[in-house]
Order: sequence, then C-alpha cells, then structure tokens
Amino acid sequence: MSASELTSRKKTDLQIELGELKSEKHSVKKDLNLMLVCKLLLPVLLWGIFWVAHLFIADRQILTGGKYFNWLMITLLGLYLIFLVISYFISNIRSGLVHKVPLISAVLMILLIWELTTLKLNLLPLPYFPPPAKVFAALAIDWQTLWISVLYSLRLLGIGYLIGLLVGLPCGTLMGWYAGFNYWLNPVLRFIGPIPATAWIPVAMAVFPTSFAASIFLIALASWFPITVMTWSGIANVNKAFYEVARTLGGGEYYLITRVAVPAALPSIFVGLFMGMGTAFVTLVVGELLGVKAGLGWYIQWAQGWAEYAKVYAALFVMAVIFSGLITLLFRIRDKVLVWQRGLIKW
Amino acid sequence: MVTAENALPQAGAIVFEQVRKIFVDPEGREVEALSSVNLAIRPGEFVSLVGPSGCGKSTLLRLVAGLETASEGLIRLDDEVIAGPHYLRGLVFQDPTLFPWLTVRRNIAAGLAARGVAKQQWDEVDEYIELVGLSGFGDSFPHQLSGGMAQRAALARALVNHPKVLLLDEPLGALDAFTRMQLQDEILRIWQDRGTTEIFVTHDIDEAIYLSDRIIVMTPRPGKIQEIIEVPIGRPRSRNHPDFFRLRSRILEVLNFAKELSLSYYL
Ligand SMILES: Nc1ncnc2c1ncn2[C@@H]1O[C@H](COP(=O)(O)OP(=O)(O)OP(=O)(O)O)[C@@H](O)[C@H]1O
Ligand SMILES: [Mg+2]
Repeated sequence: MSASELTSRKKTDLQIELGELKSEKHSVKKDLNLMLVCKLLLPVLLWGIFWVAHLFIADRQILTGGKYFNWLMITLLGLYLIFLVISYFISNIRSGLVHKVPLISAVLMILLIWELTTLKLNLLPLPYFPPPAKVFAALAIDWQTLWISVLYSLRLLGIGYLIGLLVGLPCGTLMGWYAGFNYWLNPVLRFIGPIPATAWIPVAMAVFPTSFAASIFLIALASWFPITVMTWSGIANVNKAFYEVARTLGGGEYYLITRVAVPAALPSIFVGLFMGMGTAFVTLVVGELLGVKAGLGWYIQWAQGWAEYAKVYAALFVMAVIFSGLITLLFRIRDKVLVWQRGLIKW
Repeated sequence: MVTAENALPQAGAIVFEQVRKIFVDPEGREVEALSSVNLAIRPGEFVSLVGPSGCGKSTLLRLVAGLETASEGLIRLDDEVIAGPHYLRGLVFQDPTLFPWLTVRRNIAAGLAARGVAKQQWDEVDEYIELVGLSGFGDSFPHQLSGGMAQRAALARALVNHPKVLLLDEPLGALDAFTRMQLQDEILRIWQDRGTTEIFVTHDIDEAIYLSDRIIVMTPRPGKIQEIIEVPIGRPRSRNHPDFFRLRSRILEVLNFAKELSLSYYL
C-alpha cells in the first residue's frame, strides 16, 4: 500500500470515528474515558497486588540479595508512572501506552505467579526454579562476568557470521550466475549443507589448533549454508526480462550481476541472512557449552556446574536480549535496504 | 537538452535480408517464427507492425534489439550487421519492467549507469522525467506508479541513451483509451524531435495508422510479411481523417485475406 493510500485510509477512519462520537451522547464519551483510565491503571493495580503479596506473605525459601529486586520493581513502577503523566499531555505516547497495557499486565501476572509458586509457597523444586528476586540478584551481582561473557560471545558470533556471509554471498551469486560454478558447488552444498554444523565438532576440534578457531569455523559453516542457498535461489529466480532490459540499455556482465541480479535477489538473500543468523546462534551456544572457555554458553555451563540456577536464568535472559537485539538490527537493515518492496512485514 | 539541436544527425537504416528464425522448443520440435523476411526501413522512419498473435512481431523486434539471433540471413543497421544488444537500439516492452529496487529517477538513469557514464553527466535525467510528464515522481518507487506512469518511465528509460532505433513492443497495450492517445502523441512528439527510426508493434490498427509512415502487415505460420502499406496522410494527423477509414478497411482486408489463405492451406 502506498503512503498516500495509507494516509487517506486513516483519514476516512478518523472521519468515521468523529462522526460516531458526535452522534452519540456525552455520557458515552465519559464512559469511554473512564474505561481508558481504568485500563491505564491496571498495571498499577497489579503492581500493588504483587507488592502486597511480596510484603505480607511469609517467605518459605531463604533469599539473599532481595533488595535488588525490590529496587527494580520500584523503578519499574516509577517509570510507568512517568509515562502515564507524559501520556496525559502527548496523545501519541498515550495510544502507545494503551496498546502496551495488556502486555505489561501479563508480565506482572507472570511475575506474581512466579513469586508465589517459588518464594512464597515453595511449590517448585529447588535449585532448578529460583524466585524472580534471586534471578535478578544474580544479574545485579554478577553483571561484570556476564558482560564479559557477552563480549566474548559477540566476538565469536561476529567473526564466524561475517566469514559465513563473505563466503556465502559470492558462492550463492556465482552458483546462480554461472552454470559451471553450480555444477561443482551444488553437490557440495547438497551433501554437506544439511549436516548440522555442530556435528562437525569432533573434526573441527582435531583440525583447528584452538577451540576458538574451531568454533569460528563451525559458526561460519552454519551460516554459510542458508546464506548460499538463498542467494543462489534468489539469483536463479530473477525475472529474465530484467536482464534483457539491462542488456538493451548497454549493461555488461558486471552490471547485470551487481546491479540487476543481486538487488533483485535481495529479498531472498535477506531470508538467508535471517536463517543463517539462527543457525549461527545455535552453533555459538553449543560451541561454548562444549569447548570454548568463555561466552554466555560457557557461563550457563559453569553456573549449572555450581547448581546456581539463578545465574543460568540470568544468562538466558541476557542471551534473549542480545539475540533478539541482533535479529531486530537485521530487520532494521532489511527495512532500510528493501524500502522498494511492497507490503514489507515489519518486525 | 532533449531537443533537436542535440539529437545528432543520425542515420538508422535497417535492412533485413532473408531473415529466418526457428525456435526449438524443449521437446525438440521446431517452430518457424519468421520465414524469409526482406525489409528495408529508412532512417528516421516510423514503421508499425500489425498482425495476428503469434506471427512473429515480437521475434522481429527482439532480433533487431539483438536479444535473439537469426537462424538464417542477417539484419543490418547502417551497414553494420546486428550481433547482440547495443544501447543505440532501445527497446520498450509491453510490460514496463522497471527495476523495482530503483526509484523512477534511477530507473530512467539506468542506461547511463549501465554504460558507466559518470553521475556528473546525468543532468539530462530530470529533463526526461519532465519530458514524459513524471515531474514530482522522480523519487517514487515503481510500485507507487500507475500503469500509464510506469510505461512513461519505461519510455524515458529507453530514450536516455539517445538510441538510433527505438523498438516498441505493444507499449500501450495495457492502457486505457485516454492515456493511450496521450502517450501516442508524446511518442510522436519525441520521435519528431529526435529523428529516431521507430518500429512499433501494435494490435490496434487505428493506432498504427495514426502513428506510422508505413504499416507492415504480417501473417502467421510461418510468420512473414504479407503487405506493406504506405500511410499517405500528412502530419499532424487528425484521428478522423477520411483516409483513416479507407486504410483501416484495407488493412483488415489484407488480414482477412491472409486468414482465408492460411485456412485453405490447411484444408
Ligand atoms: N523463446 C521461444 N521458444 C519457442 N518458441 C517461441 C519463442 N518465442 C516465440 N516463439 C514462437 O514464435 C512465434 C512468434 O512469436 P512472437 O512472440 O514473435 O509472436 P507475436 O507476433 O509477438 O505475438 P503476440 O501478438 O501475441 O505478441 C510463436 O508461434 C511462438 O510460439
Ligand atoms: Mg508479441
């Protein structure tokens, strides 16, 4: 849908809404406002319930470092109240907040249930299911180690993925363009590609001098396969009419490959980049669990060895933030690069 | 500048000598798309190709464009045998086939980019945008254009290289009657400014009469030239000149005659 179409549609929606508002009575409008206020106050209410449970139900587990979680909860409430005040003045933020209210409430509900089933009622077995306060304490106390682990993981992932990309893109492009390359690379891709990169761990450990180098190789291999396949199929499926147009305009082979084939294949290439990132995450974590002596995977392994499950969850949380952030970043890049595509799905 | 002074005194004579084109389909069957075409097109002439579907009109254009090679015979442009595409032979397809990843401006400039012309020498591009009536849409992407606008952009893209020969394969086929007439006039205006040789494929006999110096009527199976009809109407032409009707019935006669002929051939 074009931008102008969108705005015109929005306009008509607005007009309809306005018309409805005008035609109905004032009391209805007041009711609506009341509902809105109730909705916006729901998280505050849930927060209150949580806090009451937190303070007045006796702990049935021993908890150290609970203050960090208290501070977190108070900070979150403060932030929410600040947004609430701002949203009173700015309608954009208000609608955004109203949209997020069910989600925020659900998170609070989950925290409440988690707190009750662990710390308060002791229903879930320890040490596997620590209370939320303990997980947050682990995050707050051990943040330095976690941060270093993140950097190690990112370094490994970044180098491996970049190599997979730098090899995969040309591989796929050449396979899609030259029949000769396809003849030789296609069997390799078909035969080796489907093996999960992690299955190569014994071989990689034997061949590479360090587990660091071995992991980089495995991550590169894991991302190389989907990137190559999607680039290749993207380029092979480009509408042939584009090449004919380019040739009648005086384009040579270099122009045809770089300015026609690759841009036309970009939507498909991005699918490969996403798939490659997914397999790279898997391989990274497995590599760190098994051999590398640093990184988030290693941290999880190490914390598990000491039965410190709060740290395991803390690391999982950090991992979720990092990986989700990377995927979001890739989506942002895609949205920038593929602005020309109609009906792009937003992340 | 897109004006007559800049359009070089260019030639653009096209000669077909015993051109034959045979396609081999995947099952190995041969299809004779064109059989012994002999034709001479004068420099700066506007020629239309009409004929029933499958008579080889597109094939003929693609041969001139260099996208296909003749199975027998040869085609010359100004005494040079055509072998492969060249930017001096521009082609506009029925489908605009704009590059969807480029803005309208970039699409129109594609010919310059493809030839490696430095960006500093792209000033003309904005004039082309204006020439085809797309001012204000230079930064739009193709999916934001209507069919007619896209076809205008495709026309501008083919013109940006100053081709000696412009090949148009039913460029207006998908457009409504009004946009069609508007674009016909634009094509004529640009042709008169430039003095390009133009070969225009169409199914619309009125369109052919309105635009061309000569109309080439083709017949299918195998595709060949049935008759070449001069259009003796002076320019600028009026769409309801009395000669229009005479020529139209004449062309229809040729087409019908050809049909009967091929029918009797099969019976
Ligand atoms: N690439 C190809 N392979 C096999 N046969 C082909 C190929 N291109 C064209 N033909 C055949 O050649 C004949 C002429 O095709 P062409 O596209 O030139 O017809 P046309 O006159 O342009 O028809 P239309 O008016 O429908 O566009 C047809 O019988 C078609 O089947
Ligand atoms: Mg055709």
